[in-house]
Amino acid sequence: MTHQPTDTETLSATGLSRRGFLKGAATAGAAALTLGITARGVLAAAPAVRDAAFNPFVSIGSDGTVTVIAKHFEMGQGTTTGLTTLVAEELDADWAQMKSAFAPADNSRYANSLLGAQGTGGSTAIANSYLQYRQAGAAARDMLVRAAAARWKVRPEAITIRDGILTAGKKRGTFADFVKDAAALTPPQTPALKTPDQFRLIGVDHAAARKGHTGPGRKDGTGKTDGSARFAMDVHLPGMVYAVLVRPPQFGATLTGFDDSAAKALSGFVAAHALPNKAGVAVFARSTWQAFKARDAITAQWDLSKAEGRSSADITEALRQAAARAELPVQNGPRRADITAAVSGAARKIEAEFSVPFLAHAPMEPLNCVIEPTATGVRVHDGCQFPAITLPTVAAILGLKPEQVEITTLFAGGSFGRRATPTSDYHAEAAMAFALMGGKTPVKLVWSREDDIKGGYYRSAALHSASIGLTADGSIAGWDHRIATKSILKGSPFEAVMVHNGIDETSVEGVKGSLYTLPDMAIALTDFVTPVPVLWWRSVGHTHTAFVMESLIDMVAAATGKDPVETRLALLTPAAPTPQQARMAAVVRAARDLAGWGQPVAAGKARGFASHLSFNTYVAMVVDITVDGTKVHVDHVHAAVDCGVAVNPDVIRAQIEGGVGYALSAALRGEITLDKGQVAQSNFPDYEPLRLSEMPEISVRIVASAEAPSGIGEPGVPPVAPALANALFAATGKRVTTLPFSAAGFSFV
Amino acid sequence: MSRLTLSVNGKPQTVDVDPETPLLWVLRDTLMMTGTKFGCGVAACGACTVHLDGVPARACQTPVGDVGTAAITTIEGAAASVRTDKVAAAVQSAWQDSDVVQCGYCQSGQIMAAIGLLRETPKPTDADIDAALNGNLCRCATYVRIRAAVHLAATRLEA
Ligand code: FES
Ligand code: FES
Repeated sequence: MTHQPTDTETLSATGLSRRGFLKGAATAGAAALTLGITARGVLAAAPAVRDAAFNPFVSIGSDGTVTVIAKHFEMGQGTTTGLTTLVAEELDADWAQMKSAFAPADNSRYANSLLGAQGTGGSTAIANSYLQYRQAGAAARDMLVRAAAARWKVRPEAITIRDGILTAGKKRGTFADFVKDAAALTPPQTPALKTPDQFRLIGVDHAAARKGHTGPGRKDGTGKTDGSARFAMDVHLPGMVYAVLVRPPQFGATLTGFDDSAAKALSGFVAAHALPNKAGVAVFARSTWQAFKARDAITAQWDLSKAEGRSSADITEALRQAAARAELPVQNGPRRADITAAVSGAARKIEAEFSVPFLAHAPMEPLNCVIEPTATGVRVHDGCQFPAITLPTVAAILGLKPEQVEITTLFAGGSFGRRATPTSDYHAEAAMAFALMGGKTPVKLVWSREDDIKGGYYRSAALHSASIGLTADGSIAGWDHRIATKSILKGSPFEAVMVHNGIDETSVEGVKGSLYTLPDMAIALTDFVTPVPVLWWRSVGHTHTAFVMESLIDMVAAATGKDPVETRLALLTPAAPTPQQARMAAVVRAARDLAGWGQPVAAGKARGFASHLSFNTYVAMVVDITVDGTKVHVDHVHAAVDCGVAVNPDVIRAQIEGGVGYALSAALRGEITLDKGQVAQSNFPDYEPLRLSEMPEISVRIVASAEAPSGIGEPGVPPVAPALANALFAATGKRVTTLPFSAAGFSFV
Repeated sequence: MSRLTLSVNGKPQTVDVDPETPLLWVLRDTLMMTGTKFGCGVAACGACTVHLDGVPARACQTPVGDVGTAAITTIEGAAASVRTDKVAAAVQSAWQDSDVVQCGYCQSGQIMAAIGLLRETPKPTDADIDAALNGNLCRCATYVRIRAAVHLAATRLEA
């Protein structure tokens, strides 16, 4: 547990605190992990969730089924499986008797200790739950053991549990036998936890164990293969109406009027009403399809005076000018003049500009949620990523007290950040629609795919310009780095916490806090201003900072005639490396060895390297490609990862696989462009994610670690684009600094 | 609006809908069989894949009025038939044993596409799998495991 950041500076450098509401909360979370018990206490008496509740996280049924109450939502990243593993481990339960259920919205019991409120993000689900859920399991175990000891008249120490069976001498019993007695006992305040050498589930590789099905395989695998898993999109309630919105043609436009006379003739049409915030028209119908058809029949008028009217080329130029202004000093501000002088006086110079486009998240399940009236208020059915924001947002719009709003969390069909907005945007829309229908009718608010692609909350476009001076012997004499991008957090409730001296940490994370030894690096930021709403997108600032940093390091290696891996290792191993540098160097070596880096590469093939720290997790990758002219196939990605204790190695492997695929979608051809303010893309045909035939083979090496578990949902993304850029450079001599690669004339097969 | 009688998973279902309505929305909003998913509505993602007379089809592009007497099979039907249908059983168990799913939203469509492939081509090559499943997007990029699971199902069916 020595790896917890100790101050905000370190937190932001590693990206951990980006969604922290409060410095205090983040620090308290770190402390909680270190000390082994949360301030709120795992073991506070809890109201019964179902069956016998042993604590807020564990209940056991009279048939012995153990239900783990997941405070985190499941967007596919494996949290429900991971949290269940933690409880089952300490309970010594049989994997088959474990189930999971989603927690209700309740900050007092289910806060994310690293974020300070109930929500999932920043790749923190396992990190903030690792001790809490183990304690919850250990506490339930202790109570079962004491109940059995009393009935069997033996000492508790005489009892062992294995695969859900309690044994003492010849006596045997199941959880079902003791649930009732055990639940009546006082929970222990500090249950003993296993030591890692006693683990039977944590760290077990289910892929290896798969043949006998003994390992902790995914708990959501059955429902998601027989059509029974329920997403918010699948909620149907009696009398429910379906709502879609006529949305503004340009970001920042406001509604001035609309005509629904043609819609009134359509079957299933119920009503159309302007949203009170003038952001659009809510169209109500008896089915989703009828709502879409009715919307098509409505014309609307807009005030465009405050709308974004620029095209993407203008935006790139504006970003370029913003970067040049270097308005906010991020690092070595006072030394900037000296550093730029050192760069211009250097023997050799690398100068490069990098630019990346807006990106939509495009989760597979289009955004939607249902609000229904209850006896005391409303219930929201949602794949709810951040109950702590959604609940007060909905309450405020409907004029309800927070305790009048309930949230039922269902599976989320992907998110990648999109379902957690500081404004709870689609929940707010649903609440407005619900109110417009009179507040007595259940309403399902549905986004079409076009709404999603055109709807903003994008990864911001960004531009970096870097000038690096090299001495005659190839060392770095100075590095002038300027970034321009739109702040995600300014103007949001997170601003007070995550914006320091005007600097949004998510705009610079990954350049600031680089693990390379770069004493003469100056960093400056300029906020770019646009009405286009921007948001964290799987790995947030690292989506562009890793691309830039790891391309630049490769350029340094090329300019100095050194091997790219050796260049990285040299910058990571100064005389006295930090513990972070040591972990990264180990991961770099692991990826190098896994891929057999340095072996001769066949004609037409090439490989590139990149490594990056994000969410406290260290990842290095070798990307192998085949190039035929401008046609490129990504053959194989070799990844090494250190994410602390590997709670579920197969889920880690799956997250690296998925992260690589997600990153490749964006790197190859992902871009949202504006044409006079209008989004040029509309659906998957022109914003096309990676397809099966384009997916590379993936090898993952998990570097053994005794450190606290860190994130895995996001860290697989950042190294992909730069490793691919570096491979393309190795193959063609062409240095691509603008994403996506398709814009540089490459096509992918 | 018209009254239509459909054959869904072997059972007749009578619905009163506009015949232009895509089968997807009749399944989801009228019959409330929600295993078939809406992903794009334009035949670009495959989340809505069902079988018409055993052949994979995009429910979002199939007006319900055109279905006629064709036998509609959805993921619910495939899942219910695992006792009697070896291919469906092999695909579903291969998916579970390979821990394919992440968010799961695309997987009904992936599985229906895979069952369709294995009925036609019991021992598919990688190229066969590409051809049959490239129309099914997975935003979570579970593709490595989808491919492995199709091969696993094929191997088990051969045994
Ligand atoms: S919803 Fe039918 S193909 Fe996408
Ligand atoms: S599992 Fe999420 S889209 Fe395929």
